[in-house]
Amino acid sequence: MTTLTGSFRRRFLGRSTETTRPQRESTRPVAAPKDETVPVDIAPNDPLLAYLQSASGAVDVETLELDSPALADLKAAGVKLAVPLVSQGELIGVLNLGPRRSEQDYSTDDRKLLDNLAAQAAPALRVGQLVRQQQAEAATRQRFQQELEVAKLIQQNFLPKQLPELAGWQLAAYYRPAREVGGDFYDVIPLSDGRVGLVIGDVTDKGVPAALVMAATRSVLRASVQRLVDPGVVLERVNEHLCPDMPEKMFVTCLYGVLDPGSGRFWFANAGHDLPYVKTADGSIELRARGMPLGLMPGMRYEEKEMVLAPGDSLLLHSDGVVEAHDPEGGMFGFPRLKDAVARYPGGGELIDRVLTELHEHTGPDSEQEDDITMVTLARSPSAAHPTNGVATTHQLVEFEVPSAEGNERLALERVSSIVTPLGLDEARLKRLETAVGEATMNAMEHGNGYHVDKPVKVRVLTESDLVRIQISDLGGGAPEREAEQPDIEAKLAGLQRPRGWGLFLIKNMVDESNETSDGAQHTLELVMHLVDPADDQSEGDHDHQ
Amino acid sequence: MTTSDVTTGVRRRDGAAVIDLVGDVNARAEGSLDEAWEEAVRGQPDAVVLNFETAGYINSTGIALIVGLLAKARARSIPIRAYGLTPHYREIFEITRLADFLAINPDEDSAVRGAEENDS
Repeated sequence: MTTLTGSFRRRFLGRSTETTRPQRESTRPVAAPKDETVPVDIAPNDPLLAYLQSASGAVDVETLELDSPALADLKAAGVKLAVPLVSQGELIGVLNLGPRRSEQDYSTDDRKLLDNLAAQAAPALRVGQLVRQQQAEAATRQRFQQELEVAKLIQQNFLPKQLPELAGWQLAAYYRPAREVGGDFYDVIPLSDGRVGLVIGDVTDKGVPAALVMAATRSVLRASVQRLVDPGVVLERVNEHLCPDMPEKMFVTCLYGVLDPGSGRFWFANAGHDLPYVKTADGSIELRARGMPLGLMPGMRYEEKEMVLAPGDSLLLHSDGVVEAHDPEGGMFGFPRLKDAVARYPGGGELIDRVLTELHEHTGPDSEQEDDITMVTLARSPSAAHPTNGVATTHQLVEFEVPSAEGNERLALERVSSIVTPLGLDEARLKRLETAVGEATMNAMEHGNGYHVDKPVKVRVLTESDLVRIQISDLGGGAPEREAEQPDIEAKLAGLQRPRGWGLFLIKNMVDESNETSDGAQHTLELVMHLVDPADDQSEGDHDHQ
Repeated sequence: MTTSDVTTGVRRRDGAAVIDLVGDVNARAEGSLDEAWEEAVRGQPDAVVLNFETAGYINSTGIALIVGLLAKARARSIPIRAYGLTPHYREIFEITRLADFLAINPDEDSAVRGAEENDS
């Protein structure tokens, strides 16, 4: 006869915990056993709830007049009497009673009995509800904690267990997850020919989803770097793999670079990750390369840049957990401060320690870490800066090819420029070298390779202690001497010479020395540029003699 | 790579025609430069001023194109002036002796006025 419906109970619990859901759930007809009313849902905004809350005892449903869908449902279900169950002023349930079996109306004694029953049952019901609520919350907390543990486990399993030893280099890494694990990761991957791949990345989102995406990214990246050479192409490949299965609103920022420990060349591409800093003799600089984060859209291209880490230079890869750490007033640690730290402190593990100390001072002792913090540092030993015996040794910094196509001289000159810049050429001499490289590459593409795309121009950049050599080779070794005619502008203006023919003239005037060699198949033009203008050296020497 | 084909615009100012060069001055600039030249010399201006402030990379083919403009200017007795060159390209204009036939000015005002640095 008495029905406290399951759906009502659920609805009522829902009212206390899900008050933001205004939609009334539809009444669910349930096959009711004999003598039991069907379950009735009461929406949180139904006026019947307010009425029952304030009622002093059992309510006669049949005679009650309210603009209430729930009341109509109760009447339709044959409910005669509704007894509110109130505990500590809160309506926590209702006893719905159908007609008496005797078909007589409920008497005053019946109502008193029911009111007494409700007064006893309500607190017991409330206790039951609270116990169930606490059990649910505890289960949620436990599940959340388990998820955090799983996320940490995934992440830690995919971080390097130890870093490779590189002669002449100090490699160090630091990773500390936030309480709610983020998606930071880093990797150091030994490659062929002694090269080393460096990775740092950050997956948006936190917890298990971020950890799984991080694991997938790392796996695809590891597989790609063994087959592909160019960092930009590696990121393109990883992006293509990630895009189809990337969860909505998630993406990965990632920087991938390749270090040649012998030459110090660091060649990299960046998929939207925070820019690394390099400490050079002139202070710290940002390494910029453009590219969209991974997993956002297919078909992305990633710009490649490179530089040479000279002896004494150090590189810092970092995640946004460093620069976005807040002080108690809400101020961020910020990029300028990190850049300044890179300039001021030694590299390697010491740099990490110093940055962490500054970070701790910034956030204060009682702050909770907001996001994962990851740093990877690479420092080149300064001792290599002093060659022994006074014998000039030549180091090849890079060798690359450009297809012979109009305009590609820009590729060559920009790449050479990025490699040579850290060696300390002044701005004017660097511009001259760029022009010479551009002209030499144009000559090689046009006169040596006839602008055949499948005949590339090879460019080598070599250093000695005080100079840089750029060797530009084409496949026109058997061709006659090029641009033998000395350009004369007056002859050109008079129509006695063609307007073109400035290339070799410019090359010879832009660099300190240029040498042509040919082996019958390959033609090479070598450009030599001293790091310090020989004229300046000479004048200083003259001055010393006076 | 950051190549950008040149685009040109022609303005008239105080009897001079100013050609604004935007982008790289290389082989691909030939058509655009020729068109700008034809428009600039329409009506026989007092001078043609080349604005290099927004120009990018200039290679030897670009130098040759400027030599070509100088030859055309000579034939029509129209002086050419230039401004906005970086120190590097100014050096190249001097090495190639372009600067002997084309006045290099520090800014547009002096280029339009014809206040050549060499004369001052």
